[in-house]
Parts: sequence; structure tokens; C-alpha cells
Amino acid sequence: MIKLEPRGERSTTMAYLSPLLAAFLTMLTGAILFTVLGIDPVDALITILYVPISDTHGIAELCVKTAPILLCAIGLSVVFKAKIWNIGAEGQLLMGGLFGSFIALQLIEAEGFWVLPLVLIAGVIGGMFWAGIAAILKVRFNTNEILTTIMMNYIALNILLWAVHGPLKDPEGYNFPESALFGDASLLPILIEGTRVNFGIALALLAVVAVWVLMSRSFYGFQIKVMGMDAGAARLSGFKEKRLTYFALLLSGGLAGLAGVGEVTGPIGQLIPQISPGYGYAAIIVAFLGRLHPVGILFASLLMALLYMGGEMAQISLGLPLALTGLFQGMLLFYLLACDVLIAFRIRLKPKKAKTLQPLATETQG
Amino acid sequence: MDIDLITNILYAMIRTGTPLLIVAMGELICEKSGVLNLGQEGMMLMGAVVGFIVTLLSGSLLLGFLLAMVAGVLMSLIFGLITMELSANQVATGLALTIFGTGLSAFVGSDFVGKPIAGLDPIHIPVLTDLPIIGRMLFGQDLVVYLSFLLFAAVYWFINYSRPGLVLKAVGENPHAANAIGLPVMRTRYLAIIFGGAMAGLAGGYLSLAYTPLWAENMTAGRGWIALALVVFASWKVERVLLGAWLFGLASILHLVFQGLGFSVSPNLLAMLPYLATIVVLVILSSNQSRSRLVAPMSLGNPFYAKS
Amino acid sequence: MTLLTQTLSLPRLTLRGISKQYPGCLANDDIHLDIAPAEIHALLGENGAGKSTLMKVIYGLVKPDSGELLWDGLPIEVKDPAHARKMGIGMVFQHFSLFETLTVTENIALALGDDAGELEALATKIRTVSERYGMAINPDREIHTLSVGERQRVEIVRCLVQNIKLLILDEPTSVLTPQEVETLFVTLRQLAEEGCSILFISHKLNEVKALCHKATVLRAGKVSGECIPAEEDTTSMAKLMVGDDTPVSTTYPKKLGSSPLLTITALDLPSDDPFGVHLRNINLTVNAGEIVGIAGVAGNGQEELLASLSGEHLCRDGKTIRFAETEVGKLPPDKRRQWGLAFVPEERLGRGAVPEMSLTENALLTGYLTGMVSKGMVAWNKAEAFADDIIQQYKVKAAGRNAQADSLSGGNLQKFIIGREIMQNPKILIAAHPTWGVDIGAATAIHKALIQLRDQGAAILVVSEDIDELFLISDRIGAICDGALSPFKPTPESSIQELGRMMAGDFSQSTSEGSASQ
Repeated sequence: MIKLEPRGERSTTMAYLSPLLAAFLTMLTGAILFTVLGIDPVDALITILYVPISDTHGIAELCVKTAPILLCAIGLSVVFKAKIWNIGAEGQLLMGGLFGSFIALQLIEAEGFWVLPLVLIAGVIGGMFWAGIAAILKVRFNTNEILTTIMMNYIALNILLWAVHGPLKDPEGYNFPESALFGDASLLPILIEGTRVNFGIALALLAVVAVWVLMSRSFYGFQIKVMGMDAGAARLSGFKEKRLTYFALLLSGGLAGLAGVGEVTGPIGQLIPQISPGYGYAAIIVAFLGRLHPVGILFASLLMALLYMGGEMAQISLGLPLALTGLFQGMLLFYLLACDVLIAFRIRLKPKKAKTLQPLATETQG
Repeated sequence: MDIDLITNILYAMIRTGTPLLIVAMGELICEKSGVLNLGQEGMMLMGAVVGFIVTLLSGSLLLGFLLAMVAGVLMSLIFGLITMELSANQVATGLALTIFGTGLSAFVGSDFVGKPIAGLDPIHIPVLTDLPIIGRMLFGQDLVVYLSFLLFAAVYWFINYSRPGLVLKAVGENPHAANAIGLPVMRTRYLAIIFGGAMAGLAGGYLSLAYTPLWAENMTAGRGWIALALVVFASWKVERVLLGAWLFGLASILHLVFQGLGFSVSPNLLAMLPYLATIVVLVILSSNQSRSRLVAPMSLGNPFYAKS
Repeated sequence: MTLLTQTLSLPRLTLRGISKQYPGCLANDDIHLDIAPAEIHALLGENGAGKSTLMKVIYGLVKPDSGELLWDGLPIEVKDPAHARKMGIGMVFQHFSLFETLTVTENIALALGDDAGELEALATKIRTVSERYGMAINPDREIHTLSVGERQRVEIVRCLVQNIKLLILDEPTSVLTPQEVETLFVTLRQLAEEGCSILFISHKLNEVKALCHKATVLRAGKVSGECIPAEEDTTSMAKLMVGDDTPVSTTYPKKLGSSPLLTITALDLPSDDPFGVHLRNINLTVNAGEIVGIAGVAGNGQEELLASLSGEHLCRDGKTIRFAETEVGKLPPDKRRQWGLAFVPEERLGRGAVPEMSLTENALLTGYLTGMVSKGMVAWNKAEAFADDIIQQYKVKAAGRNAQADSLSGGNLQKFIIGREIMQNPKILIAAHPTWGVDIGAATAIHKALIQLRDQGAAILVVSEDIDELFLISDRIGAICDGALSPFKPTPESSIQELGRMMAGDFSQSTSEGSASQ
């Protein structure tokens, strides 16, 4: 009989091992799934996890895809530390893309070094604006932020659709729901010639370092952590709960907005309806998988970006649905949550005692 | 606005509110036991895709609905196992369930997008159904709509008058006390979770088999989340869930009203309305903090782990 | 006939060699115990001695690792609480197992399971039984409208409406006024005379002496002795409880101050919480160099009063609370701390200390105003030094400053929290239930630290449910009841009886000197 036994204190080793174990179990389940579907599992896993990054072009694309995920996830790590469940990175990303595009389209003929920062700031403001609404609703009206941020994702998507079908549509675009191409001054510079790697990944890495300093060195970060772990202690110690809530939500919204504007001014170059294949949702998984720690999140973002590329590769060469990515994302999070039990518990294999009757035990092992 | 339009709006209001009502009833029972399952959207999607595929392949609507419920139950069991046996965080697990359900349903349904089936038809009773204004609303719905009325009555009785309903409320209020006096906390919570899964599956099946008889990725369009908001809106009271579901049904078909009144508004902006309405309702309902503390099940979202 | 006499001579309950291991702690180690029918048996022991685990074993809530139970002489395995109830075992929990939003009848029906029958018949039965044992309760009321004493009655009546053979009470007097304790004892004696066995769990020696026929004493999970309380004096029983090397009684000289440091004037504060208590016309002064103690039964406004003093709940009028001459009623907690307030909350894990954070981080939690933060950045070396200082000076047993707060025992964590607050040299210290649930050694250390701080000229306010503690350390004493404060008087001029009346809301008997603030 398998029995879970409390360790007494949390195991730091398991806290690091659990994401790896979860990734392994996800791959294992994937392999089984492929076998059932009649596909060679080794071949399939190589197609998904190796082929996309087997050349420099692939690695460059990985960087391009990592940037938005990393930006969203690093922001989420701050709000999640505060136990504020911002599920709205997707909507904040879309609003960032929309705000940035609006400015970029006004400045389509403009030239000069000031254009791009202006566009990027507009994107950040867009994300902050969207997260700020959720913050006001939470702080002033005590509204559950999970539900409001989810609803605002749907609203943001519809506003974006309205914009590309209406006011921001390219008048010379043959009625396609797309904006005009942005001017060169609004585009993120390419970092490595001959690839699509742009300045976005540098911004993302900068954000990682900044958040790292914030959370491990600054008193503001400490207060955010205390508020998340123990709101009563934070209040009693005189930490400003409302101010911290605004700060955390605006920060994560701003970074998600930056991710959005980074997409439209980077790899896309115009406003289209599909700015994001669910980066904002994937970032939630990344934040958990990375243990809300900057380094962990960096690695988890790379893995998630790879999953996106692997899903596309599987569609092309194995004929599998693109939804494979979403399926793997979900499994990854499930396995992570399940493996996390090992942080507080250890597994004991116990021979079943013949005499003991344990009708309650089966019910109370929770 | 002419009579026909009013008739149609009232009809569509109930019809659109039905999946919300069903899934919200499931979530209500679940939350009454102290479990917050944010995976409604994922369970609904699985119900929708499984129900659709089964009906398409077997030709049987009944089988489709049944297996839609089974799919919902299986999904809810994953949630149950992870939150109760492994004491994982309910919020994170619920989110995972939604993400997983979205991915899995899109994966298994990818070959079935856009295929036609014969959906569940509304009934037609001569004379009654043809009554102006209320005829179609009350006498021209499909069977699942009437089933949802029954469901409402059953849940109402269960929570307010039955002994298991009393146990459910006790477990949701204070699981440790319930365990101390010998109430089956884990079993109660499991059953509540499973009921929630079955209802979400049924609601999902209703979407793909009756409401718009087809399968499309993400076709629930946030209804699972709206149902969660609906339970808050209803202050965990059964009768108010019914009212809320129909009101949200109305909010979702406002484009019909606008068209009828001759306004031309962007369909994208109109599509925002149910989500916007949800936020507005949440704000109104949540702003009184002490009140919401009184009505919500006290242990909502808290894991229960009994040392033994 | 022989069978009957045999049954009578057999113990009702026998425990043989019960052991239970928790991670890092052997809660019960080879425990033997006999309880005869009609016997009131005390289970004595300090906090953490293993009393709670043992009674959970008897009630089927915890499975022992080894050992056996005999019921009326026959070996039995208590499967779960429902099974225990069927056997005739009833239990009154220290933290009540009641449901706030349900009525008395519904609560009792839940525990009775299928035996409950029709709710109306049950309500009648509840009325009859409760009156018969002198504990009248209204079966139709919802639990959240009842006082703590009334809730305990519900718990007891819940056991009495069924055929009861053994009643277990876990620290039942800790939530009662002295007068209510007397009433409870009358009920328990009546029950015992009718043949019911009673297992009375306590750490209060005088109560055990007054009530119990026999006593089993636990120390560190083992039986350290058995005795007949009536034939022992409290010192000998205390030695069994705490061992020979711990001093069991100390007294401290009393002092009265004269310059007010903390003044509350006409404080009226409605509670935000629907189950909360409204504060009504609170007036109190605490002078420099004295300890003022507030007694009271839980839920009479202590939490609300403490929250208004800490700054968690702000007053509408700044004048109602003053630190020396400064009006602080509208100042948030950090501003009050800046002025020189230190605060020891009731919950030491959660509020007092963040469970999953290290002692260093928990030192920073309230110590941040003492120069550990510059330009928004944390000087972690200073926080570490502070944590080390606390651990050393207050003899906190921990695996070092990096140990998580929740890995410490209650007593050691409380010493850490008290140390953290005192080492910031506060002018005012407010402590809620400072020794709740800690062992005697830690309690003595905490009391000494408080007395020392008083002697350095700080004003100290202690809120506690433990009357003995208040009499031991307070220089002036009073009570809180239903959101109002009784008059305060120097401790030597008060008595347990008088304080008990005040805890019950009877402020009238006080002498003319009135509120201590004058």
C-alpha cells in the first residue's frame, strides 16, 4: 500500500525536483499518447523537442517566442507571490499591443529615435491600464480578481477585434482585418543580423533581473511576499496592503503590455487579430513551473516557447492538431501540482497490516 | 419592437440561460461543500466535444448527453484527486483543469470541427407553443431546458430541506468540526465535485448538441467562468442562481434586441456585453465586504487534511 | 447477576500501552489508563504533553501506532467518531466543533446521524435534557448568536441527548468565568452520580483537586504519575507535570505607575465583522512602569480592542487613543510602531510570525523600523544579526536563524516573538494571551521578560483568558465583557470572585475608586 507521510518540514530538494519530474511525466504521457495514435514516440518527441531548435534559425526563433512568455511570466511571479490571482496577462498583453499599435499608426511616417520608446511606453500603459482596472475593482470593491481578469481577457479580445475590423483597419488593406504596416521607426531593432531575434528578448532579460532584485533585495518585495503568505502579519506590521496590491498588479500588467507591444513592433510589424496564441495563459504555467523564481521562470519560458514551436512542427511533419501544445501545457501544470505533494510529504510503501481496520483512513488522507 | 421579436427574445433568453443554469447549479453544490473548482470551462469543453463526437458517430443524442456527463465527471475526478488526495491548491488546480480541458478538447475535436449533426429539437405543442410572447418561452423549448427546471427544484429541495444537504453545508462551513463529529468530509466533497463535473459536462453537451449543434474550439466562450460569477452573484442561494442565469442569458442575446430596435453596433462590441455585465454584477455584489463574508461557505477554497 | 457485578467492577475504559508517533514527536509513549464507571478522572499535563492526542485516540479521530483499548473489559477498535458515539462516548472539544450558521438543533442532529429523527422531537428532547442538567439552551437559536459559555453547553448537551457512558472534556474551563466553572462542576458531579464516567482534561491543578476522583499525569508523552487529587497538594502534582527541575511557582513584586503612556478615552467602535463585537465606551489608562491585565471570556471584544490599539482597525476620532500626548487613533500600525508601540498578537503563526519564512525574515517583519532598510533595500546582514541576538538572549531553541518559523515549538516561537518586540525597546507593549499554549518553562521566561520591561519603564497591557496568569503578573486588573471594560483596581485589592463577576458583565460591585484611568 502506498502511503503519504508528512515530512514535518518542507523539502527544498523536492521543490526544485518537482518541475523536472513534472516535465518528465508529461513527456512520458506524451510518448504513450503517440504510441496509442500509432506514431513512433521517440520520433515524435524528437520532432517536438529537438527538431525545432536543431539549427541556428531554430534557436533564434526560440528567443523570439520566449520574449513575450518571459515578460508575462516574470510579471505574474510578482502578483502570484502576493497571492493575487491575476489570470489576465492575456488581456493585458492584447491591450498593450493595441495601445502600442494605436500610437505606432499615428507615427507611421515619423522618424527618429524617440518613436519606438513612445510606442513601447504606450504598450506598457495599455497593459497597466487593463490591470489597473482589476486592481481598482479588487481594492475598492473587493471584487474577486480571478473572475474580473478572466472577463477582461474576453473584453480585451473583443475590443482588439473591433479595432482591427474598424478604426485601425488598413484603409488600403483590401478589407482584411489588419492594420497598416508600422513605420520602421516603430519597429524593435534586430539584435542578430539575418534572424528575427529582436530587442524584445533583451527587454525581457532586463525585466528578469529587475524583478529578481525587487523580490530578493528590496523591502517592497519583502512586503509583497509577506502579504501573500500571511496577510494578517502584513497588516499588523503596518504594510500598506492596498498600495502593494496596486503596485503588483500594475507591474505585472505593464510587463504583459510590454510583451504585447513587443509582438506587434517585433515579429509581426502590424496589428492583427492573432497577436498571441495564448502566451498570457501559458505564462501562468511558466510562473508556477519556474517556482515563481526568476531563474526558474527563465528556463520554464524557454521550455514553453519550445512547446509552441514543437506543436507547430508536429502539425507540419506528423499531421497532429496544433492543439497538442495546449494539451501538453495542461498536462505539465497538472503533473507539477501533483508532484508538489512531495515537497511536504514523502511516499512510504507500507505492507498492508492484516489486523488494522482503516475505514476512516482512506477518507482522511487528504 | 414587434410581438414576434419579444417572443423570440424571451425564448432565446431561457435557452441561452440554460447551460449557465446547469453548470452554475453544479458549481453551487461544489462550493457549498467548501470546494472552489475553477475548472468549469475545461469540464464544459470536454463535455461539449465528447457529446458531439459520440452523437456524430452513434447517432444517439441520449448517448451523447450521457457521455458528455461522464466526460465532465472524469475531468472533475482529476481535480478531486489532485486537490484532496494530494492537497494541492484549489485555485491552481482549477486553472490547470481549464487549461488542460481547453487543450484536450481542441486536440480530440480537431477532426470534427464544422461537421453537421442533427441537434436536439425544441418541442412543439399545438396552440400552447403558438401563444404570443410566452408561448415559445414556456412551451417551445427543448427537453434539456425542462430538465434544468427539474434540476433547479431538486437542488433547491436538497439544500434547504434534506439531511444530506445539511451535511453538505456543515462540511462547507467547517470541515474540521465536521470530521470531529464523524461526518464524512472527504466523501461529501468528492460527491459534490463529481456532481459539479456531471453538470458541467451536461451543460457543455447542451451547447454542442442543442444550442448550436456543432463543435468548435473554445465554443463555451467563457460560460464556465460566467457561471462562477453567477454563484457569487446569487450569494450562494439557489433561487437567485436561476434568476441570474436567465438575466445573463438576456445579456448574451442583446444583439437580437439591438437588431430589433434597428441600431447598428459592431458585433464585437456587443459580444463584450455578457463579460461586462459579469464584472458590473460582481462589483455591486462584492462591495459590501461583511455581507459577502456572511453568505459565502466559510471554508471555501481551503484544503482539508485530517491527521490520522 | 454475576455478569452484572462483573461489569460493575470492571473499568469502563482501559488503555494498554498506547503509542502514537508524529513526525519529529512521540506524542504518546506506552500509555496505561483505567477509568471506572461513575468516576471523574483527570488527565493532567502541560501543553504538548500528549493529552489531546490521547483523547483523540479514544474518540477514534487518531489511530494509535500500537496498544489497545478495552471497553467494559472487552478489546475494541474505535473506528471513527460515529462509532465512538454509538459506544456511548461523547466528547466536548476545546475548539468547539459547531457550525456557526446552523441552529442548535441542526448541529446536534448532524452529530447524531441517522439516530437524530425528526428535528422537532429532537428540539423537545434538547430542551428537556438541558434543563435537567441545569444548562438551559434554546434549540432554535443559531450558533453564532450564542456566547462561548452557551456554545459549550451545546457541546455538552449534544453528548447528553444520547445514551452516554463516558464524557471527555478537553480543557473545558478555559473559556468560562469562575462562576460558570462552578455551575459546570455541579453538572459533571450530577452526571457522575448517575454512573457516567468522565475524563477531564486540564492543566489547572486547583480545578482537578476540586472535582476529580483520580488523576493520571502525563509528561512529554509518558505517564509520569497517578494520584488521588484530594490527597495531594498542588505542588506535588505540579512536580509530576513539569518535572523536578522546573520551578513551579514564582511571584513578582507589584508596582503602580503614575505617568500615563497609553490612554483610551470614550472609545466606541462598531465592528466590521458580522460576528464581531462592538466596543462601547472604553476608558483605560496604562501608566509607565506598570502592567495592566484585562481578563475576559473569549469573544467579548478582546480582538476588536486589540485591533483598535494596533492600528489594524482605525478609529474615527484620533483623540480616543493617545500614546502619551500624541493622538494615534487614526494612525496606521507602522506609524504607531514608529512612536514606540510593540505588539504581541494572539496568533503566533499567522500575524505574529509568517509560518513559511525564516527567523531572519520574521525578525525583519516588525524590526524594519530599526534601521534594517535603507533606500528601499533590505540590509539582510542587520536582520540576521537581529535574529541571532533574539535567539541568543531569549534562549530560543531553533536550528538557527534560517529555521522556518513553523518548525519551532509554540513556546520557542513565542519567546522569539516576545524577544523581537521587547528588543526594539518599546515604550508601550501590548500582548494578547502571551503564554497561551506554551510550556511552563517558556511561560516563566516570558513573564520575567515582561516584568523586566515594566521595570525599565514601559507601559504594558496584557489581555488573557488565563486568570491565574493575570493575577501573577498584572499590577492592575479588570475585565472585558460584551465590548465594555469593567473598572480597574490594583491587583492585590481584587479577588478571583470579583473578577469572575466582572467577566460575566456585572461591574456594579466595584468600589468607589472606579476606573483606573482616574
